[in-house]
Amino acid sequence: MTIASSSPPSRLPLGSAEGARTKPRTYRAGAGDNRGDGRLAAVFIAPALLGFLVFLLWPTLRGIYLSFTRFNLLTPAEWVGLDNYVRMVNDPIFWNSLWVTVEYVVINIGIQTVAALAIAVLLQRLTQSALLRGIVLTPYLMSNVVAGLVWLWILDTQLGIGNEIISAIGFDRIPFLADETWAIPTIALINVWRHVGYTALLLFAGLQAIPNDMYEAAKVDGASEWRMFWRITMPLLRPVLAVVLIMTMIGSFQVFDTVAVTTAGGPANATNVLQFYIYGSAFGRFQFGYASAMSVALLIVLSAITVLQYRLTRAGQTDLG
Amino acid sequence: MATVTATTATPPTIHPARRRLSLGRAAAWAVMGLIILITLLPFYWILRTALSTNAGLSSDPNSLLPVDLTGGGFERALGLQSAKEAIAQGGAGGGLDFWRYLLNSMIVSTLIAGCQIFFSAMAAYAFARLRWRGRDKVFGLFLAGLMVPTIFTLLPNFVLIKQLHLVDTLLGIALPTLFMTPFAVFFLRQFFMNIPREVEEAALLDGAGKVKIFFRVILPMASTPIITLSVLTYITAWNDYFWPLMVSYSDSSRVLTVALAVFRAQNPQTGTDWSGLMAATLIAALPMLVLFACFARRIVSSVSFTGIK
Repeated sequence: MTIASSSPPSRLPLGSAEGARTKPRTYRAGAGDNRGDGRLAAVFIAPALLGFLVFLLWPTLRGIYLSFTRFNLLTPAEWVGLDNYVRMVNDPIFWNSLWVTVEYVVINIGIQTVAALAIAVLLQRLTQSALLRGIVLTPYLMSNVVAGLVWLWILDTQLGIGNEIISAIGFDRIPFLADETWAIPTIALINVWRHVGYTALLLFAGLQAIPNDMYEAAKVDGASEWRMFWRITMPLLRPVLAVVLIMTMIGSFQVFDTVAVTTAGGPANATNVLQFYIYGSAFGRFQFGYASAMSVALLIVLSAITVLQYRLTRAGQTDLG
Repeated sequence: MATVTATTATPPTIHPARRRLSLGRAAAWAVMGLIILITLLPFYWILRTALSTNAGLSSDPNSLLPVDLTGGGFERALGLQSAKEAIAQGGAGGGLDFWRYLLNSMIVSTLIAGCQIFFSAMAAYAFARLRWRGRDKVFGLFLAGLMVPTIFTLLPNFVLIKQLHLVDTLLGIALPTLFMTPFAVFFLRQFFMNIPREVEEAALLDGAGKVKIFFRVILPMASTPIITLSVLTYITAWNDYFWPLMVSYSDSSRVLTVALAVFRAQNPQTGTDWSGLMAATLIAALPMLVLFACFARRIVSSVSFTGIK
């Protein structure tokens, strides 16, 4: 994943720090400076390294190990080979969860990306107002729990203002979160509301890197805004868009909070997304081994998406040169 | 999340297109207005509901103003009403001590934001400014950590926290992200690498040690990214739900997000206590809105000038 900063590209390659080239003597072996650095570095890096090893690397390895065991927290993990995976492949609820999650991701990412792009372009071409940028970001400050609860209330079948408006216009009230077909799209849209501003600002950052002269020149040639969008904005934004897409999709696959506070997986497993099923297996039924196996499956799906998307979109290349 | 690589760089000044009031521009502004409305309306709706009575909400559901203006919702959320009063007003009557959850949320978020940024800054300094064998390899390992999705470490981490007997403690909630996140290390390293070496060398000539340089020169110079990162980390920790839900069982370690879900689950016979729930929601969200109001400019520019190039 390319996460660059404003630093000039020459400084991006890891290691081979810029100073080494200009003042080699300072850092040669044998110099007291060098040895002092080593000891100090050990001290400086110790807490972060401890956190990394204990809470990131070790759990990753342990999660893979647990997926091959039967484990209920009370008795030691018991090695069962591929049992959990066999069970997973034959578990209709798992496939349902995976399907529901994919449905959620497609709706969430599809609408969010288009909306974020629209907002970003409006922010760039219409106004440079910092206030508007701030407003757009406010839902991002809410937790998923708060966002879920507010929309649960707005979309309430009997008293929610959303349904009041729908019935005032003359349509039937929609049980947004209680209906099997509506539930997943509704949850997906709630999360679009919360995240679209953040995504829009990331894209806006990408737009800022496009030189304004290009638009000026196109305008002189009589190009319309619409044409400029397709001929200038989209091609030049593509690498940024690709990275943002990968990131938001990975986040989207991990949907949990909103489901937990609005539908709790229901009605009839219609919103039982993968994370929720994993959580239920672990903490509802204490099948940590099985839950771990499903986590591994999720990890594989996420890695595959990352690799695939990166390839397909040639995210590493930039048209801007 | 793992993208905000803020910079202090100023935005390139772009002259807004010449302001002609064409039909297209008007339409574009209309769309913008709609977006702002959808963005902000739920916030108003929280407030309007929180200040209404439950009876009023059901008798007059589409009133744009609070119905029967009251502070009852807030009283219930903060546990200031007796069980009898609460039930009479459509609440559940079971007490939830929101002050305590507010305090818990503050402790956890402060602990995480403070420690994580400090330890990450130390590591970032070692990666950016100190020379030691294996540095690039270790940093590569940290970078690889960026790729591991949080969900994957949650279950094993829970098992670990349980073995450490830290379940249902605030420390248990904070511990996994207390020391570092790969993102924080990466983010700060980028800034430290951009600080001119001459600054450090001047301090060295003055006889300052590297430790002193870190605290007296590097940290102050990087205060902007550090504050930005702290605020973002604080917001993330404050809003986290999944992990605290796994780890905490009782009041002693319950944070606001979890308490909100519990409050919602305590359904009274009359149906959801919407007024109380929205009041509780507001209490949970308000601190972040205030924090945002204080640091808005920094946060916005750090998100937008990230530079994912």
